[in-house]
Amino acid sequence: MKLLEIENLSIVHNADGVETTLVDDLSYSVSAGETLAIVGESGSGKSLSSLALMGLLSKELKVTSGSVMLGGVDLLTLSDEDMRHRRGRDISMVFQEPMTSLNPVRNVGSQITESIEENLGMSRAAARMRAIDLLREVGVADAEQRMRQYPHHFSGGMRQRVMIAIALAAEPKLIVADEPTTALDVTIQAQILDLMAKVCSDHGTALILITHNLGIVARYAARVNVMYGGRIVETGTAADLYYRPRHHYTQGLLNSVPRLDQSRDEPLRPIMGNPADPFTSIDGCRFHPRCPNAQDKCRSQRPQFDGQTACHFPIAAETLVAS
Amino acid sequence: MEQPFLHIEGVSVHFPVKKGLLQRQVAQVKAVENVTLSLKRGEAFGLVGESGCGKTTLARTVLRLVDATEGAIWFDGQNITNLTGTALAPYRKRVAAVFQDPFSSLNPRMTAGAIIAEVLHVRKYAGDINARVIELLGICGLSDRFVDLYPHQMSGGQRQRVGIARALSVEPDLIVCDEAVSALDVSIQAQIINLLEELRVRLNLTYLFIGHDLSIVRHLCDRVAVMYLGRVMETASSEELFDNPQHPYTRALIDAVPNPDPLSEAAREYVGLSGEVPSPLTPPKGCVFHPRCPIAMDQCRTVEPILTTLTADHSAACHAATPLPKDEQ
Repeated sequence: MKLLEIENLSIVHNADGVETTLVDDLSYSVSAGETLAIVGESGSGKSLSSLALMGLLSKELKVTSGSVMLGGVDLLTLSDEDMRHRRGRDISMVFQEPMTSLNPVRNVGSQITESIEENLGMSRAAARMRAIDLLREVGVADAEQRMRQYPHHFSGGMRQRVMIAIALAAEPKLIVADEPTTALDVTIQAQILDLMAKVCSDHGTALILITHNLGIVARYAARVNVMYGGRIVETGTAADLYYRPRHHYTQGLLNSVPRLDQSRDEPLRPIMGNPADPFTSIDGCRFHPRCPNAQDKCRSQRPQFDGQTACHFPIAAETLVAS
Repeated sequence: MEQPFLHIEGVSVHFPVKKGLLQRQVAQVKAVENVTLSLKRGEAFGLVGESGCGKTTLARTVLRLVDATEGAIWFDGQNITNLTGTALAPYRKRVAAVFQDPFSSLNPRMTAGAIIAEVLHVRKYAGDINARVIELLGICGLSDRFVDLYPHQMSGGQRQRVGIARALSVEPDLIVCDEAVSALDVSIQAQIINLLEELRVRLNLTYLFIGHDLSIVRHLCDRVAVMYLGRVMETASSEELFDNPQHPYTRALIDAVPNPDPLSEAAREYVGLSGEVPSPLTPPKGCVFHPRCPIAMDQCRTVEPILTTLTADHSAACHAATPLPKDEQ
């Protein structure tokens, strides 16, 4: 069963009457309990599209088309007040930098209990008990004492654990995590992602994991959307994308990362050029200026998404197996 | 043995922690503790470790932005630890730095051309400055139209290229790269890594490369040192360090890096490292890594292991790591 269904979502930036499409006709879905990774570079629209489904777009950004169906309700049609009730309860979000998402002048306990009281209608005492349980569940030792402490008393990894506790507080069906471990050290990154994977599987929560790290995708995600220039250019299982990438951008990303399981002398084959600037219009396929295989058609016609990839000349499966 | 190009000898950097009206010193942070490392000319040397391990402080000490509390730094046969003023100037002409975030290390009100020309002016460059600016940008893969562009008009990768061109403008022998590619998009990261590799060969540069991404450090660096709480835990050639890590911390770091291949990732047994890096204000007794170490023994809780040579080019500071007998080396 589909938990979340996004259809034809477009987001436009409007500055002094100049309109720029930042997310273009985006459609994808997430099943209950599954982990979907969204991969892309800066300006690919990966964060914006998730902010849109949280109803958190800033003023100069407007959703111009599409629907975001969650449990039979189109979130885009909700009033700000109704959306506020859904956040936390149905969907919650974990951001990259927990220090900026936690309130620095309030103790951690009150920030977790607030979310529980508000969303589950519990009494303060019951909410407090639940908050302590949640902190324990996310691996914060001495949870009762830690409730009284402020965010600056916590390390980066511990703050992210607190954010996960807050995200879980009202048992949402979906958590959106936007680069949740990018600001953390590698050993802590592994701890936090393992924790997220565990709590999501324990609670049956679906997870949208936005990341730029292909290793994280491989370890934690079942399915992957690759975004470029405001569109999904390829979607598939993590294994499909790795072993049989169809889009030249996906292939380029895989060739760009140095790997511990390959020879040191293996040269990196970067994608040429720079990520598409969302404010510069590009005819045809937005990836064509960087694509090693661009043809005339790519420069003039925008490729349609065929359910798997959006490319006029996708990489044939056979050639890849051979190489 | 060849004389090391850069030799860091027993360097410690301690920062005082001051408190109260009288700013009395109440404690000290031992950011770097008795580090000894040598870089050969023309090699890329990687420093890895988690935040707070002292890698950046050590790099800043080499750049002479921070003073060493103890120890000495030798560069090309000269002790540069205590040089000041005009005596330091020749060193400054031979060492340059590339930082993580080019947006905050480039003056937003100056064009790329002006940023590089400024360095040439200060260095009293004798030739045609404009021609040199264009040449430097060209070396870094930027066309001459970038001369007139401001940092905000460029992408992250282009800004980092300007940062590298600026570093090259003093014609340095040693470049300290502090997380030079960490802020860049994946595809751009690869471009800049390739550029750094190409420049090293072309200009015979020596790199001290600070990073936290092990796969990048392994790819780019010939030798690597792993730091933890200000100490060097292990150092070896890249091949040796990654194929045959001897320190449990190095093993944990390598283990924590996920591989982009989903099937091998699913098959891989992975044991995470528990706990977090302790505060450098109160480092653990004995081996500083023992509270997180999966194989800690009684000895580790009381006696701090010293960095011991295991084979010719491999040292580790761990009681459990034993040197190979001479005949097996």
